[in-house]
Amino acid sequence: MNQTAGEASETLKEKQENPKIKSLKDFYKRLKKNIPALIGFYTIVFLVIVSIFGPMLTVHPYDTVNLSDRLVGPSAEYWFGTDHMGRDIFTRIIHGMSLTLMVGFFSVILGGVVGVPLGIVSGYYGGRLDNLIMRFMDVLLAFPGILLALAIVSVLGGSLQNVIIAVAIYAIPGFARIARGSTLATKKLEYVDAIKALGATDNRVIFKHIMPNVLSPLIVNATLYIATAILTAAGLSFLGMGAQPPTPEWGAMLNDGRDYMYQAGHIAFFPGVAIVVVVLAFNIFGDGLRDALDPKMKK
Amino acid sequence: MKQEENILEVKDLRTSFFIEGEEVKAVDGVTFDVPKGQTLGIVGESGSGKSISALSILQLIGHPGKIVGGEINFKGENLLDFSEKQIRQIRGNKISMIFQEPMTSLNPTYTVGQQIREALKIHQGLGKQKGTDKAIELLELVGIPSPQKRVTQYPFELSGGMRQRVMIAMALACNPELLIADEPTTALDVTIQAQILELIKELQQEIGMSVIMITHDLGVVAETCDYVAVMYCGKVVEYADVRTLFKNPRHPYTVGLLNSLPRSDVDQEELIPIKGTVPPPHDMPEGCRFAPRCPFATDLCHNHLPELKDVGDGEQIRCWIYTDEWDGDPEVKVYEPERTSENK
Amino acid sequence: MTTFIIRRLLQLIPVLIGVTILVFSLMHLTPGNPAMILAGENAPDATVQAIEQRLGLNDPLPIQYFNFLADAIRLDFGVSMRDNLPVADHVMPRFWVTLELAIYSTIFSIFLGLIAGIVSAVRQYTISDISIMIVALFGLSMPNFWLGLMLIQYFSINLGWFDPTGWGSPNQLVLPIITLGTAGAAIIARMTRSSMLDVIQQDYIRTARAKGVRERYVVYKHALKNALIPVVTVIGLQFGALLAGTVLTETVFAINGMGRLLIDSIQARDFPVVQACVLIIAVIFVLVNLIVDISYRLLNKRIDLD
Repeated sequence: MNQTAGEASETLKEKQENPKIKSLKDFYKRLKKNIPALIGFYTIVFLVIVSIFGPMLTVHPYDTVNLSDRLVGPSAEYWFGTDHMGRDIFTRIIHGMSLTLMVGFFSVILGGVVGVPLGIVSGYYGGRLDNLIMRFMDVLLAFPGILLALAIVSVLGGSLQNVIIAVAIYAIPGFARIARGSTLATKKLEYVDAIKALGATDNRVIFKHIMPNVLSPLIVNATLYIATAILTAAGLSFLGMGAQPPTPEWGAMLNDGRDYMYQAGHIAFFPGVAIVVVVLAFNIFGDGLRDALDPKMKK
Repeated sequence: MKQEENILEVKDLRTSFFIEGEEVKAVDGVTFDVPKGQTLGIVGESGSGKSISALSILQLIGHPGKIVGGEINFKGENLLDFSEKQIRQIRGNKISMIFQEPMTSLNPTYTVGQQIREALKIHQGLGKQKGTDKAIELLELVGIPSPQKRVTQYPFELSGGMRQRVMIAMALACNPELLIADEPTTALDVTIQAQILELIKELQQEIGMSVIMITHDLGVVAETCDYVAVMYCGKVVEYADVRTLFKNPRHPYTVGLLNSLPRSDVDQEELIPIKGTVPPPHDMPEGCRFAPRCPFATDLCHNHLPELKDVGDGEQIRCWIYTDEWDGDPEVKVYEPERTSENK
Repeated sequence: MTTFIIRRLLQLIPVLIGVTILVFSLMHLTPGNPAMILAGENAPDATVQAIEQRLGLNDPLPIQYFNFLADAIRLDFGVSMRDNLPVADHVMPRFWVTLELAIYSTIFSIFLGLIAGIVSAVRQYTISDISIMIVALFGLSMPNFWLGLMLIQYFSINLGWFDPTGWGSPNQLVLPIITLGTAGAAIIARMTRSSMLDVIQQDYIRTARAKGVRERYVVYKHALKNALIPVVTVIGLQFGALLAGTVLTETVFAINGMGRLLIDSIQARDFPVVQACVLIIAVIFVLVNLIVDISYRLLNKRIDLD
């Protein structure tokens, strides 16, 4: 019985798959034509490389206090100048790159790992369970922007790790809602009914048929959410609730710079530029992904 | 037959779409006349360019489409020479248009009355009160019950058939001389279709306007039209009055279309679909567009495009068979392609 | 419509209960005994017990929650741990400052965002469209606290046009409003543009043109009204984000608002004040979204009954 159901759903799936493969090819074709998206993508690749190998190539230490060279402006020696403790800002930005990217990636992965299954279960089974899960998501969404992360960090205490947890929790409802929406849309397709009628198990339907459909909007969301996560995390560190000194976290560096605006504006300038570059890269790549997935929007 | 005055004469109209640097010729040298007070049907499969031709008349072609040549003579004046302002004064006033999708062709955020009044205000300067009175009058004319109530309603409160009636009321607001109906019944239920066609016919007689009826449905043509232009791949292949066309179709494509339809007047063994498919717009055959699907096609047909030629009695045909150059079986020329049921 | 509003109000109840439970839990989820936290690290046991007694911390948690809820409804959040003054005395004066900042910034972002979005859509693919969209992308990708610092650097320190700190006089308002409103303006501009471009392709726009309507009216009368409907939802979400964003903006400009108070209280572990601030922002956000939802529904009713 199960055997036949499996085979039948396999044939059904093959019928479905042809247009899918074609649309995937179209997707790559459209993505390749989207120049901003490519710029975003290659910038991200470049930044990841820098974050891995950059720290080995910098000449100055990122954390050694050097009071004789404090608040020095940009020069050949210190490209981006030095901060109030005489540390080279360029070096600190390079060292902070991996922190920023890690916060972005990990919080999104963590949020997705919790949010996506919740959303799929909610959409697939519906009913009371759906109601319960979605009401809980509504509660999380009731804390706008940085507020939820702030509340969580106020409980957990300020550290980079807790910032990741806080931003991840903030990401959960977004993932859950998108996963739920796509699940509902897929569930409505006739072939899913057919497969179920043939006796396919819920697990099989979810993993073989629903997951692939949920994936593409989730990837777009994840990419764009990395940008938000980085901004939120930088904000928390700027408020002194995230990475603690002497960690070269960019938001925390901006906080340092705030006290020296009159004497040395460059301290607050460069870390901000670094944040903008990273966030911009994720945003334009995410935009491009979305356009490529949904060509109707682009027109 | 042809002494009648033509209200509209379209000559060699060319409309192209420019997509990623490539020109797609949607309308490729279309010529037809609309005699005054009569109905011209433009028939063709989807992609034949019939709707684009209609939109071109009012210059409603948006980016990336563009009218690249030809003449559209309306009462002796070429609309293509008009300025944007002049053409606006024609639109909805002298020439009106109704569309295929009544569900989406009305603005959801304005009431029925507001949308009818708009045309009256633009072209006749009617104020709110007078406009509303006229709108109610028009709704009554198109057979909408309790028009006083309907005039303040939003489109979502009306059914598809009702919305198409509103569209017609809107189009008739300024007593147009020419109404272009672009597949006005395609999206409607069969019973509603008949009602709408009947309404257009009645109103035409009442107001004395001319109509261009764009459709893919030969049934609609038989019921409503006086003249017919058959389009294939952006070109008119046959132009004739409706009786001639149904009785003695001459272009192989027209014959094929008719043969693929069921008929009630004679016994048919079977319906014969036209073989093959419409060529994609970027891969048009060099010669006659229909040649790859035509049972009579010769080398001449495949390599050279025939002209649209007068063959007498006001009929025009774009086919090599009816020319002196015809190099195929002379029998075809004598007997002509015929409808299956009348096979000798 | 009435049933929709009633249903929506009923939906609000579980959300508000959830929100209050979460806020209530803030203090209890924190590692350590709340009374101990309140009393300070080295307080004698007697003090700790007195606090437990006074705040009812020995009651079962559900009882404590209901007491908290009953007090919160009357805007009574207990006393601040720093000076024993009622929390409301701390929060209320600062609340108005924050509300002002958030409202002004929202107006700024709507105004700028709509204009930019419309111009961009109407002149699609021209230089103005492309530049507006690039600026919007930057606006979206900038940390607003950094934007604030840069504005201070340039307009206050270098040019001396505006005060770098404080809130109240006109030359103190401009920079915080720009700082807080820019990201919102960028989001609204992008949304308006894509919504306009979507609407302009609709059949009813062609109908309007076929009636002889002037292109200007086609855009501003027929298209805009429809295009704004989805933008309304974004504006509601933006207001919430701006309300929370005051935390950063007030820190940058040393504005004595609720955001600054929240940060100070978190750092001082003054939990009653933290609870009050978080709860107020969340409840306002939920209510604004309710209003937005209802007005969206009202506007959208004309498009589709469901």
